[in-house]
Amino acid sequence: MRRNDEPPWAIPKRINRSGLSVNRIGTANNPLRVAIVGSGPSGFYAAEALLQSEHTTEVDILERLPVPYGLVRYGVAPDHPRLKDVADTYAAIAQHPRFSFIGNVSFGKDFTLKELADCYHAVIFATGAATDRKLGIPGEDLQGSHAATSFVGWYNGHPDYRDLEFDLSCESAVIIGQGNVAIDVCRILAKSTDELRKTDIASHALDALAESRIREIHLIGRRGPVQARFTTKELRELGQLSECDPFVDFDDLRLSETCKSELSNVPEPARARNFEIFQAFASRRQEKPKCCRVHFFLSPREARGGHKLEELILERTRLIGAAGRQEAVGTGKAVSIKTGLMIRSVGYSGLPLEGVPFDEKLGTVPNKDGRALTSSNGFPIYVTGWIKRGPTGIIGTNRADSMATVATLLADLPTFSSQPKPGREASVPLLAQRSVRSVSFHDWEAIDQAEKARGLPLGKPREKFTRIPEMLAACSA
Amino acid sequence: MPHVVTGNCSDCRFTDCVLVCPVACFHGDDQRMYIDPIACVDCAACIPACPVHAISESADLSEDQVMWIQINADKSSSTPVIRSKQTPLAGAEERRAALGYS
Repeated sequence: MRRNDEPPWAIPKRINRSGLSVNRIGTANNPLRVAIVGSGPSGFYAAEALLQSEHTTEVDILERLPVPYGLVRYGVAPDHPRLKDVADTYAAIAQHPRFSFIGNVSFGKDFTLKELADCYHAVIFATGAATDRKLGIPGEDLQGSHAATSFVGWYNGHPDYRDLEFDLSCESAVIIGQGNVAIDVCRILAKSTDELRKTDIASHALDALAESRIREIHLIGRRGPVQARFTTKELRELGQLSECDPFVDFDDLRLSETCKSELSNVPEPARARNFEIFQAFASRRQEKPKCCRVHFFLSPREARGGHKLEELILERTRLIGAAGRQEAVGTGKAVSIKTGLMIRSVGYSGLPLEGVPFDEKLGTVPNKDGRALTSSNGFPIYVTGWIKRGPTGIIGTNRADSMATVATLLADLPTFSSQPKPGREASVPLLAQRSVRSVSFHDWEAIDQAEKARGLPLGKPREKFTRIPEMLAACSA
Repeated sequence: MPHVVTGNCSDCRFTDCVLVCPVACFHGDDQRMYIDPIACVDCAACIPACPVHAISESADLSEDQVMWIQINADKSSSTPVIRSKQTPLAGAEERRAALGYS
């Protein structure tokens, strides 16, 4: 017999092993309750996929910071405002009546895996790749040598990095790595204050960059122009800066037969397009006050200096191996660059999660199609985004990835405990008992409004709060 | 410069593009997909996702493809948003093979 409060489509009750009558999981009387840890793109796309599924699902995103959106807020460069617009998509997902944002709560500190298991049917970790890989060369820890994660977090106003200091008083800076993060860092160093003033760059960074004396930026890659993984769009942008000319050495563009065959590889037309851009860079004449030198076939070997970085020694490389699988090896020939600022962007790694298996080498959680390979008392643990597959792809890649993880979770549904779980009815009070001031999506909307209001007189889309107490103060305002 | 779906997108509807679109800029009719130039955030995630290489940044279009900018703008305003992958049309694989991308 149906109860009155059951919707007409509710699935008939069945009897579980304990003899209690329960409704099937994922129905109005027993919603599937899932916690997602991390509110970046992969977390929000996992929430979207769960909420759009045919099962009645409640989704709570738990976030370490009081503010959502992860790398959309703290990774995407401030001068790429259009890309930041994806946050509007996440704000729309957050309006779903069965969605909750619980910010300012830290996994492993404010709540444990056991507590998640008490409150939810399953958890999806979407914690990204929060730490950077090191070069592993002597002198890497000299003052003036930094991880791109720190520099990016600093100019984007991330509370963890806002008090860092970068010495921009030298004339030459070196960026190790040739991915999209490296090129973002390069552009921020190369742009004039006027080009950055109207972005949402943190004001402490804008002030420091206004005093910058950097005139020459070296962008270093181990392999050649054909193997470089730049996005064509970002590369083109480097050629359109108001105060900086990009250069490439003609010698670096002389291709081996193997590289030529890679270049004409049909499935990747971007390579040929990028190569044309490098050729254009090679024939430029310097007319602007700053320059960016894109170097290929160089690998850092030693950072030198007293207590502060003064010089970087690199080794010229050459490529060996078959087309598509070429690797750089040293030639023994050393090259020196005088520099006081080195920023490395040579890979990222996830951080281990308490109670969850972790592959130290890959920096990810071992998983099968998103389900973590674990024996943690039957509590189903899933992963998505960079903590699942490593730091590859762009924002949209995470949508397909999160939909795949959610498909795995939903296929596993028959194996879940069918006992109803309390979800946020229990998790939020538990956090409050511990004097954790959790932040709701409504609170975040107040922070968001306050940041936009602060930006208005400056002509900026927003002036971010860069300290957690400031964010919390804006919630109650 | 927004991204545009060009002539190769026809009679296949693989729709791998919509899976990786971080916003909701893909629209579609029975034959093909269109990108809403206002919603597109220019991230380029869809370019490598398309099995028939139909998507380009507008700056990269050849002269005979430039017309697709207007077609995408017009059609996306009169067709529904597609957010989930659809079943490809019958003959999609053959079409892909004919274009030399299988």
